[in-house]
Amino acid sequence: MPRMTMIEAIRSAMDVAMGRDDNVVVFGEDVGYFGGVFRCTQGLQQKYGRSRCFDAPISELGIVGAAVGMAAYGLKPCIEIQFADYVYPAYDQIVSEAARLRYRSNGEFTCPIVVRMPTGGGIFGGQTHSQSPEALFTHVSGLKVVVPSNPLDAKGLLIASIEDPDPVIFLEPKRLYNGPFDGHHDRPVTAWSKHELGEVPDGHYTVPLGKAEIRRPGSDVTVLAYGTMVYVAQAAAEETGIDAEVIDLRTLLPLDLDTIVASVKKTRRCVVVHEATLTSGFGAELVSLVQENCFYHLEAPVARVTGWDTPYPHAQEWDYFPGPKRVGEALIETMGA
Amino acid sequence: MTDNPSPLKFHVPEPEVRPGGTPDFSNVPIPKAGSVDRPPVDVDPRTIRDLAYSIIRVLNREGDAVGPWAGTLTDEEQLDGLRHMMTLRTFDARMQMAQRQGKTSFYMQHMGEEAVSCAFRKALNPGDMNFPTYRQAGLLIAGGYPMVDMMNQIYSNEKDPLKGRQLPIMYSAKEHGFFSISGNLTTQYIQAVGWAMASAIKGDTKIAVGWVGDGATAESDFHAALVFASTYKAPVILNIVNNQWAISTFQGIARGGSGTFAARGLGFGIAALRVDGNDYLAVHAVAKWAAERARSNLGPTLVEYVTYRVGAHSTSDDPSAYRPKTESDAWPLGDPVIRLKNHLIRRGQWSDERHKQTEAEILETVISAQKEAESHGTLHAGGKPSTRDMFEGVYAEMPPHLRRQRQKAGV
Repeated sequence: MPRMTMIEAIRSAMDVAMGRDDNVVVFGEDVGYFGGVFRCTQGLQQKYGRSRCFDAPISELGIVGAAVGMAAYGLKPCIEIQFADYVYPAYDQIVSEAARLRYRSNGEFTCPIVVRMPTGGGIFGGQTHSQSPEALFTHVSGLKVVVPSNPLDAKGLLIASIEDPDPVIFLEPKRLYNGPFDGHHDRPVTAWSKHELGEVPDGHYTVPLGKAEIRRPGSDVTVLAYGTMVYVAQAAAEETGIDAEVIDLRTLLPLDLDTIVASVKKTRRCVVVHEATLTSGFGAELVSLVQENCFYHLEAPVARVTGWDTPYPHAQEWDYFPGPKRVGEALIETMGA
Repeated sequence: MTDNPSPLKFHVPEPEVRPGGTPDFSNVPIPKAGSVDRPPVDVDPRTIRDLAYSIIRVLNREGDAVGPWAGTLTDEEQLDGLRHMMTLRTFDARMQMAQRQGKTSFYMQHMGEEAVSCAFRKALNPGDMNFPTYRQAGLLIAGGYPMVDMMNQIYSNEKDPLKGRQLPIMYSAKEHGFFSISGNLTTQYIQAVGWAMASAIKGDTKIAVGWVGDGATAESDFHAALVFASTYKAPVILNIVNNQWAISTFQGIARGGSGTFAARGLGFGIAALRVDGNDYLAVHAVAKWAAERARSNLGPTLVEYVTYRVGAHSTSDDPSAYRPKTESDAWPLGDPVIRLKNHLIRRGQWSDERHKQTEAEILETVISAQKEAESHGTLHAGGKPSTRDMFEGVYAEMPPHLRRQRQKAGV
């Protein structure tokens, strides 16, 4: 089976989707001739022509707004916002338009778009290339939110997202593009080519939205994570010797509540981790759901490990980033409680 | 109803040449230096619409300053200008190298565009405020901001005026008329208009300057800025630096069917000019004209600087993937440093020898600033801002939740 980086897997997903369906179009800033600043769309314009893959003006609201119009016509746009940090000008188009079109027209118009964007930190990108805005989208009715953590999932989830009848926000943890980064920034990262989840089938397959995956079975405590934090949590489990069950949520909305509840009822403890800021983060939703569904099984308060409630700093990147040390401390604390 | 309509076609503009091709700018009309009129500052914008389609130029091929826009600077001021541009270029080269050496994470250079920000700065008064993009460090160099402080910011070291919070080169220098750079595109164009409106509301004498690149004019903030500037006749200069490339995207993607970026101002009734951005004297003359208009309650001016981004977009970019490597050599407006140098030599104010000598002096000054900055640390070594600094400054007063988080972080 071919080995792919996450970038290649994402590119392969769009290639497969475009090959199967003429209605799939791909566009965004630097996406056409150049193939995107992270090279996710490299070669697609050459293969499918400028009507199917093209450069857009630097206008995020323009990119999303045009995609909404195209989707209403019947196309399936898979668009790129260069960094998640740049999506805010498009927020109105996403929240007030894409998310609500089906509801307000009673299904007369729909909006099957995918908005791809690199997310998360760990590359010394400062506050404009590091943010994790997933909670701004999970809070909006009508959107689905996907965060893959490896090439195999990224391709299957992206194809499923493109084929989905509703708008999907597809957040790509950029620190994982080339390997499973576990938060140890002073160590080399294993390349995806040497990782089993870097084995990606060439052709069409999907990973269904709304299905989590247990990355590390365990019995002591359940860790709910997604994106980069999946590997940070695994590292923390190994380093503390705590037998944590690490669940990779993969899609935040719809959420695989069954897998979460079954695991927490088994381990009776839970730690939630994400890179985004703490207050009103997606972790708050997870903690509420665990509390509602597992309260009588819990033996410790559910802990959260997240980015601090500050803008993402430049020099203090690794003080901000919730690495394996902080996650490990939360595991120990949760076990001791 | 139309019978038998023909199939519609989807149009996507493409640059004329891609890697492998021969650079060709023969389709870019370059008017002769000195050929464009200089209207009085109180001209009715509707009567100078042609200025949005021409290019104001002062320095001709021979190195003479010619035409109605010439004569705004003394020889001494021009020599200063040359030094500023040379300093910026040397500063860029050193910082670019420092990034390659791993002393910082990121850098953006100005190669080919030095005249725009260096010359523009000399048309401003103390108290005026620029809302710059990431490629106007000439405003700081020409304004006398300490190079060491710029480097401290670039290195995110213990003396970084911004405490390590911002990406390198996203400076903030209020006293030097340099608003905090956001890093998000075009967001600050409308803020410049708001700042100018405030100055007018308060009966002040300060003016504001918005800056944007050709590609970023596509953002809605640009259009909002033009509406507000036009409606309130704000004392603002709205600058568009057209360096032909927005990362890999050629300027035609943002410009579309409009003849020029300056012409965007015409529909708003805003005085709009195009100027040779590689001509230090022309940039200064136009900046001075626009500033006079703003100061005289004559309203906003939109200025397009026609230039070329010789270097990569940033240290994360490789332009050879999307444009011919030799394209910058073919750029018809030449190099801003060489053009001003030749002019000063022609006037008997300068020589190759003095130029070389000055280059060496500047290099020495920059290296000594660099040494000082590096004594306070670089991104991954030596003194750095504290973790505590990370929690400060989110609010004027730290709310309890953040205080708890800081305690949890143990700082």
